Order: sequence, then C-alpha cells, then structure tokens
Amino acid sequence: MPTKIEKDAITGTDTTGHEWDGIKELNTPLPRWWLYVFYATIAFAAVWVVLYPALPIPGATGLTGWTARGALREELAAGSQQQQAMLARIRAATPAEVAADPEMRAFALAGGRVAFANTCAACHGAGGQGAAGGFPSLADDDWLWGGSLAAIHRTITHGVRADDDNDTHATLMPRFLADGMLNAAQVGDTAEFVLSLTGRADDAPAARRGSLLFAENCASCHGDRGQGNQEMGAPRLDDQVWLYGGDKASIVRSIAYSRRGAMPAWGVRLDPAVVNMLAVYVHSLGGGD
Amino acid sequence: MMDGNVAERPGGVAEARPAAPEYVDGPIRAFAIATVFWGVVGFLVGVVAASQLAWPQLNLGLEWTSFGRIRPLHTSAVIFAFGGCALFCTTLYVVQRTCRARLFGGEPMGWFLFWGYQLFILLAASGYVLGYTQGREYAEPEWYTDLWLTLVWVIYLVAFVGTVIRREEPHIYVANWFFLAFIITVAMLHLGNNIALPIDLLHAKSYSVPSGVQDAMIQWWYGHNAVGFFLTAGFLGIMYYFIPKQADRPIYSYRLSIVHFWSLVFLYIWAGPHHLHYTALPDWASTLGMVFSIMLWMPSWGGAINGLMTLSGAWDKLRTDPALRFSVAAVGFYAMATFEGPVMSIRAVNSLSHYTDWTIGHVHSGALGWNGFITFGALYWLIPVLWQRRAMWSTRLISWHFWLATLGIVLYITAMWVAGIMQGLMWRAYDANGFLQYSFVEGVAAMHPYYVIRLLGGLLYLGGALLMAFNVWRTIAAAPQPAAAMPAPAAAVAAE
Repeated sequence: MPTKIEKDAITGTDTTGHEWDGIKELNTPLPRWWLYVFYATIAFAAVWVVLYPALPIPGATGLTGWTARGALREELAAGSQQQQAMLARIRAATPAEVAADPEMRAFALAGGRVAFANTCAACHGAGGQGAAGGFPSLADDDWLWGGSLAAIHRTITHGVRADDDNDTHATLMPRFLADGMLNAAQVGDTAEFVLSLTGRADDAPAARRGSLLFAENCASCHGDRGQGNQEMGAPRLDDQVWLYGGDKASIVRSIAYSRRGAMPAWGVRLDPAVVNMLAVYVHSLGGGD
Repeated sequence: MMDGNVAERPGGVAEARPAAPEYVDGPIRAFAIATVFWGVVGFLVGVVAASQLAWPQLNLGLEWTSFGRIRPLHTSAVIFAFGGCALFCTTLYVVQRTCRARLFGGEPMGWFLFWGYQLFILLAASGYVLGYTQGREYAEPEWYTDLWLTLVWVIYLVAFVGTVIRREEPHIYVANWFFLAFIITVAMLHLGNNIALPIDLLHAKSYSVPSGVQDAMIQWWYGHNAVGFFLTAGFLGIMYYFIPKQADRPIYSYRLSIVHFWSLVFLYIWAGPHHLHYTALPDWASTLGMVFSIMLWMPSWGGAINGLMTLSGAWDKLRTDPALRFSVAAVGFYAMATFEGPVMSIRAVNSLSHYTDWTIGHVHSGALGWNGFITFGALYWLIPVLWQRRAMWSTRLISWHFWLATLGIVLYITAMWVAGIMQGLMWRAYDANGFLQYSFVEGVAAMHPYYVIRLLGGLLYLGGALLMAFNVWRTIAAAPQPAAAMPAPAAAVAAE
C-alpha cells in the first residue's frame, strides 16, 4: 500500500501515511517534557556512576568512597559504641547485681526481650507462655530447675541434656517399660496412683497397687507425694501443670518411655552479657523465685 | 457495544487491493478460551495462597498443598498460562492482520503451538505440586519441561518471523516490533537461566551449572527481564493494536513509538541487579542496575503516553465502552508501576522495601492492573470478532467486571503498601538502648489484618474474572450473526 500522508481532523497532525489493518499513526513529535525528563535521568545516571562504585575493578569506589560493606561496618560500630559501656558492666556483674541496679536492670530487660524473641521464643513462646509437647512456661511459678536468678542463669548457660556442655542438667528419668523395669500392668497402676495425687484416680485398687510401685521407683526424685525436686529437674506431679499432658495415656507414655526434653547450652553460643540479660528478663516474666 | 470496532470504517470506499488472505483463526480461538480458563485458575490459586498467608492452617499439613508449592503454581499460572496464552492469542491474531499474511505454517502450525504450550503448562504445574523445582523464581520448571518449552518457543519464533517475512504491507507495525522483541528475548532469557545438569536422565531433578552470586545474578537478569519482555514488551504489543482498534483513532506518535521501543529494549536488559542490592553482589553491579532502572522510567512512560494519548478525540468512548475502560485503566496502572519500579530500585529506598510486602504490592499493581486489564480489554474486543458476534453478550457484566476488579486492585495494593512499609520500619526500629524494637515474629503478627484485606481484594478480582468467563461463554453460545450484518474485520481496511 503506497504511502499517503493525511491530516487528522481532530488533532490537526499529519499521519505517517502508513496503515495496517485500519490502524494509522500520527507523526506527533516527541513530547518535550518527556524528552527532557529522559535526558535528566541519563544525567542523573552519569553523575551517580561517578559518585558511587560502578566499575568492575576490585577495590574501585566512586568519588564518595561509599561501599555497602563500609556502610555496614560503620553502622555496626556506631551501634556497638552506644551499647559497649553498659554491656561491659552487665558482663562483669552477676544476674542478681544486674537486677538490683535500676540502670542495668532497665537495659537488661530491653536487651533480654530482644534476645528472648530471637533465641527462646521459638520454643517457649513469644511471651514465655510455653507450648504443648514439652516446652515449659516461663511465665508461671512452676520451675523444673529452679526459678531464682542464679538457677535461671545456670539453666540458660548450661542447657538441659545438652551434648556440648559438661555442666548441663543431665539427669535422665528411666524408661520403665522400654528398659524392662516395670511391666505394662505396673506402668498402668503407677499412672493411676499419679492421677490420685491430683484427685483424679477412678480405679482405687490400681492406685493402691501403684502407690507401692511409686514409692519404690519414683519417690526418690519426684518426692513421696509427688511434690517434685528441682535439684533433679523432677517435675511436680501434684499440680495442674503437665509438660507432656496430664491425661492417663500421656502419663503412661511418660513412665513407659520417659521424655527427656532438651535445651541448648546458650553459654557456648551467646555473649555472657546477653545470658545475664536473658536471666533477668526471664526472671521478670512472672514467676521468678 | 462494538459495532463501530468490528466494521472498521463503516462508510469506507470499496477496497482497491486484492482480498486479504484467509487467516488462521481456529488456534487463536482456542488460545482465547485458554486465556480465560487459566486466568480463572491462576487467580483462584492466588486466592488460596493469600488465604494461607493469613491463616497458615490452610496449608492443610500436606506437602502438595503447602505454600511453597502453591506459590509457584500461582505465579506460573498467571504469568505463563494466563499471560502466555493471551500473548499467543494476540500475537498470532495481530501479526496476520497487520502483515496481511496468513500464518506461516498455517493451521497445523497454530495447533502445534496451542497444544505444545498447553503441554508445557501441564508439565510445569504437575512438577510444582509433586515438588520438582529448580528453586529459581519464575523459572521453577525442571529441565525436561524447559527442553519442551524451548522447542515450542523456537517454532513460535519461526511462525511469527515467517509470517512477518510473508507480509504484504511495506512496513512492520509497531505492535510486531514489541512482539518480536518479546519472543526473541524470552528465548534468550530461557536458555541463559536454565543451564542445568539433570542428576540422571531418568530423574526429574537437576542442578544449576553456575553457582553462588553469578547464579543469583543470572537468575535476576532473567527474572527482571521476564517482567521486562514477557509482561511489558509483549503486552505493549497488545496495547499498540487493541487500543487504536477500540478507540478507532490513530496511534498518537510514531516517533515516540520508535524512541521508546529502542530505549526500552536497550535499557531493560541491564536493570536486573536492583533485585540484589545489599547482597553478595559487587557494589558496581548494584549501582549499574540502579541507574539503568532510573533511566528506564521515561522509556516506559513513552508507551503509556502513546496508549493514553491515542484516545485524544475519543475520550467520550470511555463512558459507553467498559472494554476500552479496561485498556485505558491498564495503561494507567502501567504508568504507575513503571514509576514505582525505578523509585524502588534506588538503593536507599530498596533498603526499606526489599524483602517486604511492598514488593508484592508493586508486582501486583503491574500484574493485576496492567497485564490483567490490558488482556481483559483485548479479549472483550476480540471474542466477538473471532466468533462473528455483533458484541459481547452483556456490556453491563463487563462494567461489573471492571469495577469489581478495580476495587480488588485498590484493596490489594494499598494493603500491601501499608503492610510492606510497616514491615520494613519494624525490622529497622531500635529502642533508646540500641536494641531492636521488634522481633521478626511480631512483624509477622502485625501483617495479619493486611493479609486478610489482600485476600478480600483477590476475591473481588477473581469474582470479576468469573463474570468474564460467564460472559464469554454466553457470547460464544449465542447464535452467530448473519454474514451481511457482520463484515469480516479483514475486509474493513480503509481505502487509500
């Protein structure tokens, strides 16, 4: 189709004279503002590659000397400068000293909250409320290994049944059924007695048989009335707090196979100042002794 | 609604040229239906993914329905199934009409492309659900799917170029420049980003040959240009044909189309590094990615200006033609997203926006607003033409679709802007003692209401698409118009 330039009646602009399936094109010049902004972005780019690193040469920077790693180093240095003095004081103090000093305590509660959220909350919950399946609540007064500042500090530092710490809380409850110490009927009777400690047994003869088994096998750690023992990490059995469930099936399972929950030893992973802050923070959650 | 569009020049003088060839339309009709079908599927899977983010229980605890598999199913369904079928449909339609040439390879070529591409979609989707993925965003399909797509794509290129070479028109229309840039560049990107070795020829899993930061850079060279050439250049080709058709006006500026085409295709290919700011990527690459993204602003807007200004003298049509409203709103969203993109590529802005839901909002203002709307506009024009109907079954339903979808986008992107900026600010908030103010999980919890709003937006968008599917079905099911009342579009070329 030969070129035939026409004038568009509405805009008064010429067409280019081409046509495709009925579509024509106007020969409108480039909008000036469009062109100038385009030039401006090119000028911006030209300036920017002079100011900032833009050449694939190792070590080459722009006129500003900026590098991403350098900027990160500066920010980290500024951040640690702000905290250094206080962290040094907290590192040198005991948790009890930190808690007693209002300035250190305020700092430790702020820092402990962040460290808790990043390190502990995944298992113990964002507010330390614990979670089903063996993650104890830290916001009540029921402590497995003690709720004093010193006891909490020790548990955080050395962990529970942690492989990489010789001072960890290492006691293990026997697996009574799996290790052949009790038969299935005896495990059931013992569980029935454990239920009776909180007034929930419905098979009195079984509970009576269980009381003898309990005295022989369990009382040395859990106490003769199930009052628990924080030295051994043996939980109380006479309250409503159950780490792995308090129904009969769960208790049978606990006796038969043991549970042996574990927690990492944070002393080998965190700055001692952070462990101190965590101890003070956890102690403040509601149930510190 | 579209009588004026269908009969191009109602009072036109008798055509002096020989009759146009008989065009291949069967596969194009199939692609049009597939576009509607995959659109509904893709939006539905998006709604599922959005629900899972608001309520993680909806992962159902099953590996096949977990978010990690649903998410690539959604992105591939909307980009490659919905968007891809829309591109096949429109390229094959437009290249024949604007070249005045029958499709190279004829009907068998068209049908091979249709079934070949559907097979690619099914191979990709089944791989995701079964857990076979390359773990590369927008390039998740494994090697066997990649090889099949390569074959289909090369044949697509042959069909397109073959038709252009056969053309009777002396010049190549601007839509075809964009389509050709799309087809060639996507071929290059696909080959470049899928260099992988299968662990065994009888096994679906493969591993990438490049590694480390080079691998990441290749991935984002691909990822950014999948946006640039699949979702931008290809859809600009759609805009350049369907907006002048719908508005019945000439393209605003031929010169602008040349300058913005070449500047767009030249600059886009360098902008990928802005996806890797503040990573192991060297600073120089990051700087170049940023400045090329800034320079991309006006080339992108050149397309938007050409689309919008083509309406000068025809703005009144927006009141009566909701399909044109879709096309024009699409260009508006395109302009908005292509301004936001360069802003987000600036390193300082990116340090706030990166890894947040702001990015998700940005992508969806482009995807829902630009790609979705330009496709809906084109389909509403094309379906009556392809099936020889006078108009769509219901214009009111198109209007309902438009407002539902627009409201859906507004809810979606505002929720994601607020959520994303809040998330970014929470991550970098420090208290007076220099400790982080929020833990990560507090940021996650704060997102919940916005995730619910986003889901609502997605539901509205999906609802609109269902109206479209119904409307398309009723249009196709209606009786064909008598031939006299319905001149073939190809015969409606204006007189010289």
